[in-house]
Formats: sequence, C-alpha cells, structure tokens
Amino acid sequence: MKEIYLDHAAATPMDPRVKAAMEPFWDARYGNPAALYRQGRLAKAAVDEARETVAKIFGSRPSEIIFTAGGTEADNIAILGTARLHPGKHLITTAFEHHAGLRSFEALERDGWEVTFLPIGEDGIVDPKAVEKAIRPHTVLVSVMYANNEIGTIQPIAEIGAIVKRVRNERAQGGGVLPISFHCDASQAAGFLPLSTAALGVDLMSVNGGKIYGPKGSGCLYVRSGTRLQPIFQGGGQEQNLRSGTENVPLIVGFAKALEIAEAEREAESARLTELRDYLIQRLTTEIPKTVLNGHPTTRLPSNINVSVLDIEGEAVILYLDAKGIAISTGSACTSTTLDPSHVILAIGRPYEYAHSSLRFTLGRSTAKEDLDYLMDVFPEIVEKLRAISPIKMEVGQTEVSHPEAFAGQGSKIKVGGRTYK
Amino acid sequence: MSSPSQKKEVKQPADVMNQYTGERWYYSDIVKEHFFNPQNLMLEDPDEAQFNGIGMVGSPACGDMMKIWLKIDSGTERVENLKWRTFGCASAIAATSMFSVMVTENGGLPIADALKVKPQDIMKRLGGLPNRKIHCSVLADKAFRKAANDYFHRSGQHERVIVEGARVIDPTLNITDHDIEEAVLEGATDLDAVQKKLKVGIGSPDLIPEIEQLIRFYKEKYYG
Repeated sequence: MKEIYLDHAAATPMDPRVKAAMEPFWDARYGNPAALYRQGRLAKAAVDEARETVAKIFGSRPSEIIFTAGGTEADNIAILGTARLHPGKHLITTAFEHHAGLRSFEALERDGWEVTFLPIGEDGIVDPKAVEKAIRPHTVLVSVMYANNEIGTIQPIAEIGAIVKRVRNERAQGGGVLPISFHCDASQAAGFLPLSTAALGVDLMSVNGGKIYGPKGSGCLYVRSGTRLQPIFQGGGQEQNLRSGTENVPLIVGFAKALEIAEAEREAESARLTELRDYLIQRLTTEIPKTVLNGHPTTRLPSNINVSVLDIEGEAVILYLDAKGIAISTGSACTSTTLDPSHVILAIGRPYEYAHSSLRFTLGRSTAKEDLDYLMDVFPEIVEKLRAISPIKMEVGQTEVSHPEAFAGQGSKIKVGGRTYK
Repeated sequence: MSSPSQKKEVKQPADVMNQYTGERWYYSDIVKEHFFNPQNLMLEDPDEAQFNGIGMVGSPACGDMMKIWLKIDSGTERVENLKWRTFGCASAIAATSMFSVMVTENGGLPIADALKVKPQDIMKRLGGLPNRKIHCSVLADKAFRKAANDYFHRSGQHERVIVEGARVIDPTLNITDHDIEEAVLEGATDLDAVQKKLKVGIGSPDLIPEIEQLIRFYKEKYYG
C-alpha cells in the first residue's frame, strides 16, 4: 500500500545526514562534556560546535543558546522562568498558543499571576495593536508564537518585538527597573521563516528539533544576553544553569545539524511547498463542497493546509484515510486526550462543529504533487460516505451550534474553549 | 533485536484492547469491522412514516451527535427496525452499529429489554473500547432512550417515558449528578480528577462523601 505522510507538523523523519552526524556520539564519543580528560573534551567540542552553528543561524552569540529536550521544555523554561522572577506580575499571551505555552500560562494564572490571553482575528493572526494595548506598567512577559501549529498562520513577530522593545526603553528612561521580555515559540516556523533574533526583536525563542527532520526530544531556547530567568531545573548548572542535567550530546549535535540543513534549504523548500499548498487548498475547496479553509490563505506556513469539511467528524476521516495509507491530523475532540475540541479553531471564532470537522494536512520534504493527487483521488469518496451517515447539515459561515436540541434535557452542556452551550 | 515473535510480546497500552493477529490498530478487530462496514445505517432520505420513534442526542463530553429512527412492532413491542446516523468518531460509529445489531437480531428485542442494554454490553460485544472512548457507546444508548420515549409518547404510553431528572448535588455551584456522571465518562474516576473538572464540593467539604459515592456508582456503571 502507498504511504503518504501529511503530518509533518507533528513529526518529521530524521534526515540521514543528521543521523550520520549523531552516530559517533552514542558509543565512540560517549564522554560527559564537563569532564577534563580526552573523551570529555571531545564531547564538549561537539556541543560547542553545535552551539556555534545554531548561534550563527540566529545571528546571536553562542552563549545565548540553551539546548533543551524539545520545544515544550524550552517554552516552560522561558515562561515559568521569567514569571517566577516576578511573582504576581502581569503576563500576556494569545488564546491559540501551543499547549506548551498555554498550559504554562494557565498554571501561572492559578498561582496568582495576572494573565491576558489575547483574542485572535478570524484570519488567525494576532493584531500587534492589541498586544500594545494589553501591556500594563507591571507587564513582564509577552509570548506569541511565530506560526501556529494547527492552522499555520504567521504572526507579526517583528512588529510585536518592536513594541516590547519600545516599552522597555520607555521604562528605562522613566527610571523604572521592571524588565519586560518577549518570548516567541518558533517551533513550527523553523525551516520556513527567517530566525534572525535581532530582526524579530525577540528576547527568548524556542525551537524544536523534532519538527525540522532532527531527533525528537531535541531543541533549544535562545536567551538574549541580559534577559534574566529563574531556573526551573535544579542540578549541576549546565546550560547557563537554565537546563541542568548532563548535555545530551548526540541530540544536541543532531539538532544543530538539522537546523543547519533546514536553514540552507529553507528558501527553495518554502517556494516548492507554497506551490503545493496552494494547489491542495484550491482542489480541496473547489472539489469538495462545504469545505472551508481555516486561517489566512497566504500568511501561513508553506506546509500548512487546515480545512473544516463540514458535517463529518475528524477522527473517522483520519481512520478512513489511514486505511488508504494517508496520514493527517484533526482538531476533533475525539482524538484529544482531554476530549476538548481544537482551541485554535474555536479561537478564530468558529463553532465547535468546525473544530470537530477540522483536518490538518502538513506537507514536507517527501511530499510530491502526485501524493496530493492520490489524496484527491480517494478523499471525496470518504467525505461522501461520512456525509451520508451524518445527521447534521451545517451551512458555510454558520456560527451557531447546529442542533442545540440534541443536547437539551440532559442536565448538562457542551463546554468548549471556555464557552458553554446549553 | 526485534524478531517478529518478540514484537508480538510487546504489551499494548492498557486502554487499547486490540486482539490483533497481524497489524496493530487503535481499536479491536470487531470495532474495525463495524467502523468500515457499519450496519443499519440510514442512508436514504428517511421516510419518517416508516418509523414510530425518533431521537437525536449530542454528547456533552465531545460534541458527537447521534440520531436514531425506530420502528417498534405495536403488537409484540419488539424492535422491528432501527436506523441511525452519526456525526461522530470511529467508536461512536462502531458502538452504534453494534447496538443496532444487538437490538434487532433474532427477531428484535422487546423494547423493555432493549432499554436494559448497557454500554458495557455493547463494549463487550465490540471487544472493548479505550477508556476515554466509552462515552461514545453511551451516545447510542442515549439516542435510543430518546427514541424510545418518543415511541411511548406516540403510542400513548406516557407513563413508560423514562425521565432522567438531574439532582443538584452542589447547590453553590449548581452541579448535578449528571455533571458528575459526565466527568466520570470523560475519564475522571476519583475525587481529585472530578474536582479538577468541576470544582464540585471544594467549598463544601460536607458534600464530599456523597460525591465520592456518586463517583463510585458511575465508575461501577461504566467501567465496572
């Protein structure tokens, strides 16, 4: 059977060049980078070299790169680390961050911090003016993702960075001492968008190796020199005391190699995928009735297509497509461990049925036009089959729950994204 | 390192009950069969005159929806025909398909017996469902109850209508036994987990024993 993988935002196959670069560090070069003897020095040299590679891509100093075990860890170190230096102060993020950020902010809110979760426009893009308005005299952190993991929409990071910088300067001129930092989760953006930290104006930036054809559980946090964080791990003080624990040398080497390749191939690959993305969006929305694109049509990652195919449920689609050898993902509540529908689709103002019906196709290096043609050969029939068995008939543009009577008289309600449908 | 025989010994996660012989799948083989070939679907435009009980429900847990059309033989009171449609996931499709088979096979169950079919009975026939998918099989059951009530109303047997009234457990937060039932169905099977979802009883410790009793009751009902 064909195997067509269209879930690159979830995981990417490791590049053979990355695997080769990592190879010696499992057994031949096993030393602890902290050790003084030869094996230790070899390991340290490899970590140093990886750090320089990453720093070069960010246009930063090597000392500003903290290697982590992935994007979630980087987000936690940045967000909890900043907040904990300033108990009870104000934090700003968006309603559609990745759970690594969102849950961190929710935990801080429970513990007494004030948090503003900025709303998102229908196009899936944060308004920088809304960020500016939300900043208060005691705001210490603004965190906005570079590109959304579900709908791929690209956020105006440089504009927000400039706003935060201006506030910081104004505070300093006014004799204030309270810092304000800007964190950006670039996990989905890496490999598609430029990562120059100076141009973006970020103080903290997370990148995840597992999304860029590197090893899972690898990543880094950029920490601009002078940005203070309280360490959330206690231990041997590795990685500027921000990520204690013996450096995972093979994964660090693999991460740097993966980022290096992703950056080298970024422009050509982005151009290639943008064409394929637009091709699939065009075919999906014209050949399958009642199919709605979620998020801005062009201000989105070259790899991301997210549509709601109305009246059908996402998990069922995934398993039918799986039987045809195609792998995609959905924002349906049925596939989430918490049974909550996608907070992203709800955050852009869609009713929950849209989330239930949302499908994400994310393209990658292996994707060819023929794969998308094969998808379009088998997909319409699956939609037809599932629509035939669906009791609901949504209208495009509908913003209300379609059959509230189905939920009536049960003494309960549908809770989605903080909204309650009686 | 991983010969095929060793591979087979790898234990499945506890919530994936899959008696696979070859390829692994997220659900059991029976679920798979009913998912890909659902039985008793309402595929054509329903001729509602052919049915004497109709019910549609939504799952407050996940938002799935289910509609059931029933034809009860007015003489024998057996389930003569049951058709359904769903806006739901694989387990909702498979569970409802199985339920439709269970109540219509062998000449059909008398409606009173069909109403006694529990979600566990459906799951047993399906070879199990992952824990957090149990609420999907409850959906078939609920839609059937609603359709049965519709039949009772239509046939003038108003006294047989099953009213599932909610009882307020926590008056401060206005949380009912149904809310606790939903929480248990969503996988919260102890006080901590239920309180995380509902905050029930947090401000009123005297309610805790009753809440714990309800959690045990629903846990037994759905997972026991």
